[in-house]
This record gives sequence, C-alpha cells and structure tokens, in this order.
Amino acid sequence: MASRPLSVAPALIAGLTVAGLVIGPVTAVILRAEAFSGFRPADWQALRFTLLQATLSAALSVLFAIPLARALARRTFLGRGLLVALLGAPFILPVIVAVLGLLAVFGQSGLLNRILSPLGLPELQIYGLHGVVLAHVFFNLPLATRLILQGWLAIPAEQFRLAATLGMGRGAMWRAIEIPMLLRIAPGAFAVIFVICLSSFAVALTLGGGPRATTLELAIYQSMRFDFDLARAAVLGLVQLALALTAGLIALRVTTLPVASKGLDRRVPRWDRTDRLSICTDAVWITLAALFLLTPLAMVTWNGLAGITTLGASVWQAAGHSVMVALGSTVLCLLWALPLATRWGEWLGLAGIALSPLVLGIGLFLIVRPFANPFDLALYVTATVNAFVSLPFALRILRPEAETIRADYSRLRQALGLSGWAWLRWVLVPRLQRPLGFASGLTAALSMGDLGVIALFANPDHATLPLKVYQLMGAYRMEQAAGGALLLLLLSLGLFWMFDQGGRVGSAS
Amino acid sequence: MALHLDHVHARSGTFELTADLTVETGQRVAIIGASGSGKSTLLDVIAGFLVPLSGTVRWDAEDITRRSPSNRPISILFQDTNLFPHLTIAQNLALALNPMTGRLRPGNKERIDADLTRVGLSGFADRRLSEMSGGQQSRAALARVLVQARPVLLLDEPFAALGPALKDEMLDLVAEVAEAESLTVLLVSHDPKDARRFARQSILVEAGQVSPPQDTQALLEDPPPALRAYLGGG
Repeated sequence: MASRPLSVAPALIAGLTVAGLVIGPVTAVILRAEAFSGFRPADWQALRFTLLQATLSAALSVLFAIPLARALARRTFLGRGLLVALLGAPFILPVIVAVLGLLAVFGQSGLLNRILSPLGLPELQIYGLHGVVLAHVFFNLPLATRLILQGWLAIPAEQFRLAATLGMGRGAMWRAIEIPMLLRIAPGAFAVIFVICLSSFAVALTLGGGPRATTLELAIYQSMRFDFDLARAAVLGLVQLALALTAGLIALRVTTLPVASKGLDRRVPRWDRTDRLSICTDAVWITLAALFLLTPLAMVTWNGLAGITTLGASVWQAAGHSVMVALGSTVLCLLWALPLATRWGEWLGLAGIALSPLVLGIGLFLIVRPFANPFDLALYVTATVNAFVSLPFALRILRPEAETIRADYSRLRQALGLSGWAWLRWVLVPRLQRPLGFASGLTAALSMGDLGVIALFANPDHATLPLKVYQLMGAYRMEQAAGGALLLLLLSLGLFWMFDQGGRVGSAS
Repeated sequence: MALHLDHVHARSGTFELTADLTVETGQRVAIIGASGSGKSTLLDVIAGFLVPLSGTVRWDAEDITRRSPSNRPISILFQDTNLFPHLTIAQNLALALNPMTGRLRPGNKERIDADLTRVGLSGFADRRLSEMSGGQQSRAALARVLVQARPVLLLDEPFAALGPALKDEMLDLVAEVAEAESLTVLLVSHDPKDARRFARQSILVEAGQVSPPQDTQALLEDPPPALRAYLGGG
C-alpha cells in the first residue's frame, strides 16, 4: 500500500515541541551544573532517603495490596463496585488534600492520637520517614490493588474449577495458582510505584523535611528557594534525572501489566471461600482498607465544611488561578495528544514520566531568566509542565481508539480527499469524544491539584490553590487550610466529572 | 474517452499484477476472478491506493498514475465504511462536496436533496447512518458517489452484505444511474450472477494476470480452468 502518512505536519510540530521541552530544559540544567564535586554529604543523604522511602513505599503498597486484592477478587458485597471505583480516585486526588486528611487522622492532634492518649499510649508522630511512606501507601495501595486484582481476575476460571475437582486445599491452590500469578504481576507493580515515589515532592514537602527526610526533589526545591544555589539545584536535577531514567527503564523491562482495565466488577468463581477463617480475613482486610482510604477524605470534608465559609479573597483568587491553569494545561495537553496518538508519539510522551516536574521547572527557569522574570511567568510555566506531565496518560487513553479510527477510515478519507482540518473536525474529534472527555478530565484534575513547579516559582501574586493551602498550613491556619482543601477537592473532582460527562453525552459510539 | 492501463506492473507485498487494457466510456464492466487472483489489487491501482512499479494509468490523454485517490476522475464504493456513521447523511455528503472544510456552500443543499431523491432517500438528509437499514445505507453510499460526480465509478463488492433481492435492486439502481450519467463502471464481484445482470463485458483476473474486457456471457459459459474450478463446475 502506498498510503502516505496522514497529516504529518501537526504530528511533527507537536513532536518537536514536546522534544524541545525535554531537550531544552535538560540542556540548560546540564550546562548550569558544574562539577559533581559540589555533591555534599546532605545530597548523599537526600539520595539515600529518596531510595529508602521509595523502596519502603512500594514494598508496603504491594504487600498490603495482595490480601486486599484477593478479598476483592473472591467476595461480593454491598458497595464492592463503589470500593473498586474508589480505588481509581487517588489518581485525581490533590496531594495536599490527602496530606491534610492524613494529618487529621494520624497527625499530632488527629483522630488516632485522641483515641490513644486517654489510654495512656504514646503519641503518634507523622512527620518524617514514616509519614512520607504512609502518604505514599495511601496513594499507591489503591493502584497496586487494582493491578493485582486484574491479575487475579485474569486467572482462567478453569484453573479454579480444576483445583476444586482435584480437591486442592487452600495452601495447594495458593502455591499452584496464585503464587505464580503474583510472581508475574507484583514485581511490575512494585517497579511502577517505586518510580512514582522516586519523584515525590509534595508529600516530602509537607510531611518530610529536615536533613533526615528530604528527597532529591525536595532538595532541588530547597536549594532554589532557600539558598538560590542554581548550580546545586542543577546537579541535584541531573542526579534525579539519571535515577528516574534508570528506574523507569528497569520498570519497563519487568512490567508485564495487564493492558485492559475493564471487567474489575467480576468475581472469580472459586470453591474455597466459604470457610469461616477466609471470610473473616477478607472482611478484616476490606474494612481496614476502606477505613484507611475513606477516613482521611471524610475528615477533610468535615473539617473543610467549617472553614470554607471563612476563606479570604486571596484563596478565591488562587482558586481562579488554578482553574485557569487547569484549563490551559488541558487544552495544551490535547493539542499535543491528538496528533501524537501513535506508537512513536506514545514513546515520546513517556518522557513526561521520566522527567520530573522540578527538573523541568529548573531548566525552564534557567532558560527564561535572561529574558523575563521567571516569577511573573509562574502560572504559564506551571500550565505547560502540567500538560507535559499528563501527556503520557492522555496518550495511553487516546491512542488505541485513535488508531482504530485511522485504520477504519483512512481509505474513505483518501477517497474523499479530506483535508487535515476536515478530518479533525468531522471525524477524529467526534469519534474520540469519550476518551477525549476522560483524558481531559484527568489532565484538568491533575493540573488543578498539582503542587510542584508552582512551589519553585511561587510568589504571592501568582499562587495556585494547592500552594495557597500549603501556605495556610505553614502558617498554622488549619481551619482555613481545611476549607481551601475542601474547595480544591470539589474543584478537582468537579472538573474531572464535567469533562468526563461531556465526553459521554451524545458520544458518537 | 476511455480509461487506459498501459503495461501496468504493480506489486503489493509479494503479490504481483500485470494489466494492459482499455475500458471505453459508458461501459459497465465486471471484474471476475478467483479469491486472491488480484481483483482488489487491480481496483487499488485504478483508484490510486497502490502506485504501480511501472506502466501508466490514463484517463484519455491524462496520466493519472501518481495522483492521489481524491484527485482522480474516479469515485469508489468500498465493501464497507462508505460513510461516517456518526454524521448525518447531509454532513457526509457535505464532506464529499467540500473535503477541505466539510461545510455546505450555497446551492449545495438543493444538490444534496436532488441526489438523495434520485437514490430514493428523499427526506433522509438529517438521519444518521446508524438509524438506517442496510439497503438504505447502500443507497446513501450511492448518493455520496453521485455528489462526487466523477466519470468513473469503482464498486468493490459494495452490496455483498445485502440479501439477494436487495442486492439485485441496488445493482439495477446503479445501472440506471450510470446510464443516465454515462458513467464508466467497474464492478468487482465474486458472484457470476452479478456480472451477468450488470455487465455486458468482463475483465478476467487470473493469478495476477489481467485480461482485457471480453463478452461476459461467453466468458461465463466457457470459463478457463482456474475460473471454472472457482465457480464450481460452471
């Protein structure tokens, strides 16, 4: 077939912009980073802490996910569908909201301490390594559970039927069927979560800190904000980049994650689920998980209800900034994603995972500085970086459907001689409506809740809502912080819901 | 005026096709051959989806060998996907008329209505494909070809999914329209009855060798061995 690649120009432009956004800042960082002699003991400490917390977070997430996923795989109960759906929610949950929720439960004057102290038990401390790990488990336990649940549901029903016929006991079944599946899925889940936690910034910023609980990303931020030591920030940025790339490549190797995420509402038919012990364990795990995931959110909502009426004008202004940033990121991300919804485009988009937002931020800061005051451009830089970070997810959602559309209609398109614009306007966008709505919702919510680059560039005139909440927390104005967090939660979920719903209404398919 | 294939040699994967023939204007010609003999490859060369290694495709004196599918005096009806199912018939026809913008220009509306009436779909302009029966969908596809107003029409088994009666009805409609517009029509079909009904002349394709048009009746009454085996005893 002599079919020419359709509409090369937009894909080329989008590809070059994205590549430029990778190469430009990285080059700027490399040029600025002087010799590695500047790597101080504190930096080694940050590197060690980064690896330690990522290892612990990933290991604990996967460990707890195994019994939880098994319970979800073999039980049906009222609210199971809701719980499984909720496992997808942390993805669009702003980090600062979750942190406030965790503080309300595990913090100094939190729920647990209020229960423990009358019993004469020692107080829980949330700040430091265990706080960082706790927050990471909160965010990634659901992800690990979904991945492993898919693994469980992918075991052919025949295997369980055969096991029942042979009269295999629980232990035999575990060894023969379930362990092999876990050995296949769990390393991949571990690797993915490890990579995610490597670039942890907002969690470390809010719950870590101090020389013994600083991640590389946080160290980059500190050398920018506190010392204004650009060379050191650049060196740290390079180390972070090398680390993320190495870990990312290893993760790609070991990860054989199931592709499809549908059908999680099924239950595995098996015959070992009726004894009392297994019923009890499953119930305990499901209850604990639901409490662990839901209590912080309930607390944020409860605390926020009082605070939301007391919010000052600056919080509302920050909310306005955040909505603009979120919408801007969404538009930019879609402009990139539509022409790049191809195989090589998806590879290019992976840079959005490997390149940490802070490294990107430092690079952009260095590039922009000779021409303008970077602090004035804070919101634009934030919108751009957020679009870039969301790109791999948007591509993951859009590409399969986009490729089907191209395959189905390329001959008709050629026969009619449709222009690139007519194809986009009349065919591609209308037929992609549903995944477009979903991808837009994710991008908007991610961008809305982002507390990353904006912290680097922050100044009082250009704060976003997550940053404002963080500042209120820092000033111990907890009621207002809680109010801001509730507002942020509502806006993030609201944006997601609006876009996703927009994609469903009157969708082509 | 005529469609010429001069010493055409094309390759698609490992499959090779040679053709040297002329189809006169206003002729309706069937393309007959066993599965895998090269009927679709031949159609791809004429439609512009496959550029031959050597030889030329001409419309009269005009060399169209390297033109893109939409820049040829040719329209084509595929086996499926002849229209976009999420658009209304009017929107589909607007795209066929104005492929740059897909918007209706003054006068387009009347044109669309007239062509829809000719295929028996008056009043269907605002329907979506998904709201129509198989026969109506075929008629709508034919309307798309009519608004394109190209002198040559290629049919790649477009009515294969219809029942026998509906298929005959559609073939008669195409014949009627082709007669009125003096279109040159090439029809690929695996059903010899279609060829008998629709085309006085037929092009035989055997293992990548394309023969010039010959009398359909004579060909089907005394088919060469490979075609005889395919037709099942002829």
